[in-house]
Amino acid sequence: MSSPDAELTRLDAAEIARRVQAREVSSVDVTRAHLARIDAVDGAEGGGLGAFLHVAAEQALATAAEIDAEIAAGTVRGPLAGVPVAIKDNMATRDMPTTCASRILEGWRPPYDATAVRRLREAGLVPLGKTNLDEFAMGGSNENSAYGIVRNPWDPSRVPGGSSGGSAAATAAGETPLAIGSDTGGSIRQPGAFTGTVGCKPTYGTVSRYGLVAFSSSLDQIGPFGRTVLDAAMLHEVIGGHDPCDQTSIDAPLPPVVEAALAGARGDLTGVRVGVVTELSGEGYQTGVLSAFTDAVRVLTDLGAEVVEVSCPSFTSAMPAYYIIAPSEASSNLARFDAMRYGLRVGDDGSHSTDEVMSLTREAGFGPEVKRRIMIGTHALSAGSYDALYGKALKARTLVVRDFAAAFEQCDVLVSPTVPTTAFPIGDRVDDPVAMYLADLCTIPANLAGTAGLSVPCGRAPEDGMPVGLQVMTPALADDRAYRVAAAYETARDSAAGAPFASTIPDPADLDGRAPLRSVSTLQGAS
Amino acid sequence: MTSIVEAAPYTVEEVVERFDPVMGLEVHVELNTATKMFCGCRNEFGAEPNTNVCPVCLGLPGSLPRVNARAVESAVLIGLALNCSVRERSGFARKNYFYPDMPKNFQISQYEDPIVFDGYLDVPLDDGTTWRVDIERAHMEEDTGKSLHMGGATGRIHGADYSLLDYNRAGVPLIEIVTRPIEGAGVRAPEVARAYVSALRDVIKGLGVSDVRMDQGSMRCDANVSLKPKGTAEFGTRTETKNVNSLRSVERAVRYEMGRHAGVLLSGGTITQETRHFDEQSGTTSAGRPKETFADYRFFPEPDLVPIEPSDDWVEQLRAGLPERPWERRARIQTDWGLSDEELRDLVNADALDLVADTVDAGAPPESARSWWVAYLAQEANTSGVALTELAITPEQVARVITLVSEGTLTNKLARQVVDGVLAGEGSPDDVVAGRGLAVVSDDSALTAAVDEALAAQPDVVQKIRDGKTKAAGAIVGAVMKATRGQADAARVQSLVLERVAAGS
Ligand SMILES: [Zn+2]
Repeated sequence: MSSPDAELTRLDAAEIARRVQAREVSSVDVTRAHLARIDAVDGAEGGGLGAFLHVAAEQALATAAEIDAEIAAGTVRGPLAGVPVAIKDNMATRDMPTTCASRILEGWRPPYDATAVRRLREAGLVPLGKTNLDEFAMGGSNENSAYGIVRNPWDPSRVPGGSSGGSAAATAAGETPLAIGSDTGGSIRQPGAFTGTVGCKPTYGTVSRYGLVAFSSSLDQIGPFGRTVLDAAMLHEVIGGHDPCDQTSIDAPLPPVVEAALAGARGDLTGVRVGVVTELSGEGYQTGVLSAFTDAVRVLTDLGAEVVEVSCPSFTSAMPAYYIIAPSEASSNLARFDAMRYGLRVGDDGSHSTDEVMSLTREAGFGPEVKRRIMIGTHALSAGSYDALYGKALKARTLVVRDFAAAFEQCDVLVSPTVPTTAFPIGDRVDDPVAMYLADLCTIPANLAGTAGLSVPCGRAPEDGMPVGLQVMTPALADDRAYRVAAAYETARDSAAGAPFASTIPDPADLDGRAPLRSVSTLQGAS
Repeated sequence: MTSIVEAAPYTVEEVVERFDPVMGLEVHVELNTATKMFCGCRNEFGAEPNTNVCPVCLGLPGSLPRVNARAVESAVLIGLALNCSVRERSGFARKNYFYPDMPKNFQISQYEDPIVFDGYLDVPLDDGTTWRVDIERAHMEEDTGKSLHMGGATGRIHGADYSLLDYNRAGVPLIEIVTRPIEGAGVRAPEVARAYVSALRDVIKGLGVSDVRMDQGSMRCDANVSLKPKGTAEFGTRTETKNVNSLRSVERAVRYEMGRHAGVLLSGGTITQETRHFDEQSGTTSAGRPKETFADYRFFPEPDLVPIEPSDDWVEQLRAGLPERPWERRARIQTDWGLSDEELRDLVNADALDLVADTVDAGAPPESARSWWVAYLAQEANTSGVALTELAITPEQVARVITLVSEGTLTNKLARQVVDGVLAGEGSPDDVVAGRGLAVVSDDSALTAAVDEALAAQPDVVQKIRDGKTKAAGAIVGAVMKATRGQADAARVQSLVLERVAAGS
C-alpha cells in the first residue's frame, strides 16, 4: 500500500476527479491503480474478496485514455469524468456479460446498456467491471451467488451483506472509488452498513430501472455507493433523473443531493427535525449497534438537530408484507428465463418436449433461494391465496406509506440503525432464511413506501469491531435531506476521530497467510 | 390419432325446440398503429421473421414496457363507437402462463379495470331488423409471437420435430372486445353471431384503427356457446371455439356447436368445459386443451406501468370525431345522393361506396364521383386485374381531377390521361398535368401570341371580321387550336380573336 498507485486507490472520488480534471494525474493511471488493486485483493490469487464477477481491464483503460484525451482537449463530460466505477451485475451492459450471479444467465451479453450505465458512460466515468451479488439480488449476505461468496474487507470470515455485496466490498476495499447497486429491501444500505461505506436508495422513480434485471419491479431502485457522503451524492446525480424508457420514472428534477452534501459538511443541522423510529430498535438489536446508533443521534443533537421519538407501528408488519410482495413480483419477472431465447438451456437433446426443457433449465439454472421465492410468489398470487396473502400484503404496504406520511409531518428525516446487527460470519445464517431476512428489517419500510434512505457509517461495534450504519430516511423526492444530515454527521464523526472513517478500513492485502478463499476457475466461470 | 365419435349433430331448428342457446363472443382486433404496444418496433404484417424486434418485445432481462399512446386512443375510439363508458383510471395487469411464443411468459393485459366497459352495438340483421348485443368490456393487451411447428403430422406442438419462433407479432397491440351473454336469439343465434362480428368489423374499419382482416389474423373471434333447457334460468356448460377465421365460419361454428351440444345433452351426456378448434373444411369442431380451462393466470397489477387516466376533454374530443356507423352512412348516402336501392347495391357490390363517398367528402359532386369510380376506374381495375380498392389512386386524387375539369383546366379527355398518369405512378394529378403538359392553355399572353400569329397569317380573314362577318373568326380559332394542340379553351380563343381584331383596327 505504499506505492503511488496504491495511494490513488485510497483517494475519494471527488479528489480523483479534481486531480484528473486538473491533469495532475491521468485517468489511465487511476484506472490502472484500481485494476492493480483488484488483482491484488479480489481473487486472482485465489484468496481474495470475490467482489468482481467480470473485470473489463482493457475496455476500462481504453475509456480512461479517451477521457484523458478529451480533458487534454479541454472537454470535461461531467464532475466525475475519469473516475472508475463498478457496476452490480444485474444491470445490462452491452460490452460486458450480465449474469445476475445466476447460472441461468451464464455468458449472456445484453445488446443494450441500462440507462444508469449509459449515464455513467456519458458522464465520463470508467466502468471497471461487474460486481458480485446474491443471485437475482435475492439475499442479504451475498452467499446466494452462483459464482462464489464475497468477503467483507473488515473481516474476511464475515459476509459483506447483500445483495449488492460485491459493489459494497469493492468500494470499501479500494478496488473502486464508486459503485452502483440496487436496493429492493435494503440491498444497498445493508451492505453499506456492513462494509463501512455510504450507500443510498434513492426515491423510487428517480433513477431509471431500464436495464436493471427486475427482481421486484415496484421495490427495486438503483443507487450509489461511495466511501464518503459527497462521493455518493455526486454519483447519485450522474445516474438519476427522468427516463422515458421507464414509465415509473418520475418526471421531476432530481433533488439537489450534491448541494445538500456540501451544505451538510459545514456541520450545522440547526432547525432540522430528526425522528428516531421507536419500532426500529430494542430487542433483537446487537448491543454495539444500539450504542453506536445512540452515539450518532447524540452527535446530531450536538449539531443542532431537534431529536424526537416517533412511532411507526406498521413497520413491524413491513417485513412479512415485503416477503409476499417481492416474491410475487419475482415469480412473474423471472418467468422469462425459460431457455427459449437466451441463457442456459438444459435437456435440448431431442428427447425432451419444450415444457420439459423449460423445467429442466429452470431446475438447473436457479439456486435454492431463487426457487424458494418463486414458489412463495407463485403461491401468493394463485387464485386460492391471493386475497389472504398478496392482497393483505398490499394493505400492509398502504399502512407503511401512511405511517411515513404521519411521521414526516413531525420530522424532516427519520433515523434508525441500518441493520440490527453487524456483518455476521459466513455460513451463519444460510440454513435459517428467516434469520437472514431479519437483516433487512430496518430498510424494508422505505422500499415499500418508495421513499429515500441512506446509510452512513457510524462507528464500530465494540464487541466485534465491525462497522455500524446509521440510516437516514426522508420523504419521497427529499433525498437531499438525507445527504445533508449524513454529511453533517460524517464531518463531525471524522473530526472527532481525527481521521476519515474510510482510512480505518483494514487492507485485505495485508491479511496474508490465509487459506485460498475462492478458486480462480470459479471467477473465470462467471465471465 | 383416436377420435371420439359424438352424437350426430342436430339442426339448429331441432335444437331450439328444446334449448335456448347462449353465446359469448370474444373478438381480438390487432391495431394498425405504426409501432407496437410497448416499444418502438414497427407493427407490420408479413415482415421477415424476427426483424421487428427489440429488447422490450423480446422480453430481454432489464427491459421495460412503455405504453403506445396511439393504441390507447384506438382503444378509447373503439369503446366510444361501441357506446361504452371510458374508465377514469385503468391499469394494466400481468397474465402469467408459460408458452414459448410469449417472450416474458406473461402477457401484459388488463384485468379488473379495462379501459372501456358497459356498451352495446345495434347489429343490422339480414331482414333489416337490428339486434342489440351488449358489450361487457374492451381492453388492451399485447399479442404473442408465432410458433411454427415443423415436422410431425398435425402441425401442432405435440409430435413436431422442432419449432420455429417468430417474435415479429410479439407486442403488437390488441384490443379484446367481450360481449355479455347473448340470449334469446333462438334459431337466429348463428346469424346474430355472424352479423355481430360483421358489424364490429365494419365499425372498426370505419374508425381506421385496424385492418380487421380475418384472413390475416388482424381480427380473430372466439365463440362461446352453451345451451340451457327451455324454461330454465341457469346457463349450461359452455365451450369456447377458437380458430374461427371468417364471418362464415363464425356462423358455422356456432351452428355446429349448438347441434353438438344438443346431441350430447339429449343422449344423456354432459358437456365438458373446454377449448375447441374449428375446422374450416369439415365445418366441425374438435377438442383442444382441456387444461386451459383450469389455468390460474395469477393476474396482478403490472408494476412496470402506471395507470392510464384519459381526461374528459380528450375523450369528448374523440367522441366528437367519431365517424358514422357504416350502415347509417349508407342510408344517409342513399338519401343525399338520391340513389335507388339498385344503384346503392351496385355501388356496394362494386366495393365502390366508400371510395365514392370519400371522393365526395374530398369535394367532388356525387354524380361525377360515382361516374369516375363505377365507369372509368372500375374498367381500369378490371383490365389490370386488381380490386377497385387497390388501384393506385386515392379518392382525394380523383376529387382533384374532377375539380380540375370543373375549373376548366382539363377537358374530360385530358382528365382521363391525367388519371392514367396517376395510375402509372407519375405522381399526383397536378404532377401529371405538369409532367405531361396536359393543362388547357389558359395563359392569356401565350394564347394572345398564338392568336396574333394566326391573325397575321390570314389578313383576309381579319378583314372579313372587321367587315362584321364574325363567323369568319372560326378559321382563326381553328388555327389557334391546332397550334396549341387542342389544349386551349375554344370559347376563350374566340373572344380573344375578336378582341385583338378590334384592338388592331
Ligand atoms: Zn420491440
